[in-house]
Amino acid sequence: MSHFQPELRQRAEELVALYPRSRSAMLPLLHLAQEQDGYLSEAGIEEVASLTGTTSADVRGTASFYDMFHLEPVGKYVVGVCTNIACLLAGGEEFLEHASSTLGCAVGATSDDGLFTLEETECLADCDKAPCVQVNHRYVRTTTPESFDALVGELRAGAHDADIPSHGTLIRVKRSGGLRASHDEIREQRASSSAARAKRAEGTS
Amino acid sequence: MATLDAPRIVSSRAELADSYTLSRYLETGGYEGLRKALTMFPEAVAAEVDTASLLGRGGAGFPAGRKWSMLRKSPVSYLVVNGDESEPATFKDHFLVERDPHQLVEGVIIAAYALQVAQAFIYIRGEFALGLERVQQAVNDAYAHGALGSKIFGSDFSLDIVVHPGAGAYICGEETALIEGLEGKRGFPRIKPPFFPAVTGLYGEPTVVNNVETMSNLPWIINNGGAAFAALGVGKSTGTRLFALAGRVKNPGVYEIEMVKNTFRDIIFDPRLGGGIIDDRALKAFIPGGVSAPWFGPDMLDLALGQDEVGAQGSMLGSGSIVVLDETSCPVRAAWRITKFFSRESCGQCTPCREGSGWIERAMYRLEHGGGREEDLALVLDLCDNIAPGLSWPPQQTTICVLGSSIPSSVHSAIQMFRDDFIAHVEHGGCPHD
Repeated sequence: MSHFQPELRQRAEELVALYPRSRSAMLPLLHLAQEQDGYLSEAGIEEVASLTGTTSADVRGTASFYDMFHLEPVGKYVVGVCTNIACLLAGGEEFLEHASSTLGCAVGATSDDGLFTLEETECLADCDKAPCVQVNHRYVRTTTPESFDALVGELRAGAHDADIPSHGTLIRVKRSGGLRASHDEIREQRASSSAARAKRAEGTS
Repeated sequence: MATLDAPRIVSSRAELADSYTLSRYLETGGYEGLRKALTMFPEAVAAEVDTASLLGRGGAGFPAGRKWSMLRKSPVSYLVVNGDESEPATFKDHFLVERDPHQLVEGVIIAAYALQVAQAFIYIRGEFALGLERVQQAVNDAYAHGALGSKIFGSDFSLDIVVHPGAGAYICGEETALIEGLEGKRGFPRIKPPFFPAVTGLYGEPTVVNNVETMSNLPWIINNGGAAFAALGVGKSTGTRLFALAGRVKNPGVYEIEMVKNTFRDIIFDPRLGGGIIDDRALKAFIPGGVSAPWFGPDMLDLALGQDEVGAQGSMLGSGSIVVLDETSCPVRAAWRITKFFSRESCGQCTPCREGSGWIERAMYRLEHGGGREEDLALVLDLCDNIAPGLSWPPQQTTICVLGSSIPSSVHSAIQMFRDDFIAHVEHGGCPHD
């Protein structure tokens, strides 16, 4: 019995088929597991292990290396405030403190209503709009305490459900079009390009 | 005044509202470079890139053509594109994947054709949710348009591109760690030798790894010729480059300007670019090429924005990011925060990096926040010397990858340039700027 919903299970199987080796689908599959549960549940980890031909210990060991994967439940909205160099110079630390008081939770913690988790992040590569804030990895560009508070009010009211999906949903555009090149095709391409190259080299010498 | 008469090669569409759509891309000459490339021999396409002498735009600045030519003897299996941009204050690849994903995809197809590979991967930083969606859409559109997949535009060439999301790890910007991420593992860099991607890359097979901006230059180079690209810039630094300007400037942003023809003063102060320092304060220092680069003071403002020019003065152009500190910015706090970043992002494989980064961070923390001692300066420098012996530039390496040897740059610069500020912190029992 699959832990993933049928639609998600199908996407997961398509992902595995995209790569020459199934383990390569690990990171995208973990993102899918988070899309379903909001974090990496035990059942989600086991499903990824079976899809990639690894063990749940292996999956957990890999997932724990990456900041975006949560091994404990998080809020519907994960709010990330950057305090790295460009944001530091624009008051990022003070901004993080403000966010903590507005959301009513410490950095790294989840608010009592389960709606928000606050994180201090490293550089989010949006430094011309410092201090940089992301909600569920969407840039919200609230650079003043006032605009941040207004956004939090809107999030509470559900005004951003269309543009900021619940935590875990990363890529809403599904792949369409081609299938991956098979090992045989890759090998064939290498052989034919070597042969063509040799022939051209002969012709020019 | 800055010299801004060069054509915009990679940012020509960026300001258009629908710059990321296939229809806009086709209206503005999209996929013409690919059509032209497909009429040429693959070697001729690679030769154009060689003529352009396009330096890799990821940070190391290795010539892309030379990277490819090393592989001509043994055919390549995979092309991997590095879009895991995470160097603090660098945001030009973020700009490219969101604003012009088709240009990137076209560049990848051209490179794949030159290298004759059938499979490419575009690894995009996980935090770029919108960028991931835009690039995936562009790949979908390219398949539908016949620019990707089987027998591209009716030629004999077939290619598949997979868009691969990262998951939050700075180290995966390092090419061998990125390959580990693509293999579904923890992002532990591999030791070189033997794990040069060109020899033993993805799944142990020959692999080319190129940066997003490097790829994005290819459609223009094929359309206009490598010589036209090489005619821009000076010496080894050819073409234009995207510079990400951040920190205490009036107009932070991504600017595409010709290599070498402009100076740091131009990009920071020209009203059409950075516009000067906020509130017209004095410039205290600037970081010329990402936080792995040693800092410069105001005396270096007239240095040209070129790879060799910056290298000759003991720093690097690196990832093309410039961070400006003004007279009110605290250099101790800045260097502490940068060290905290490295400490957090160290993958933990090598002792000098894993232990050294945390040790330096704790010493820098107490200097900045109170409890620091004057001896901490010697301690920090000694720790730096253990990570990168001699504290020379380019740094000596004691670790598998260059993350370790990047740690000393900021703290060493800060102590060298602003020792008085450190002493003031010690005497004040914390940051006097607070």
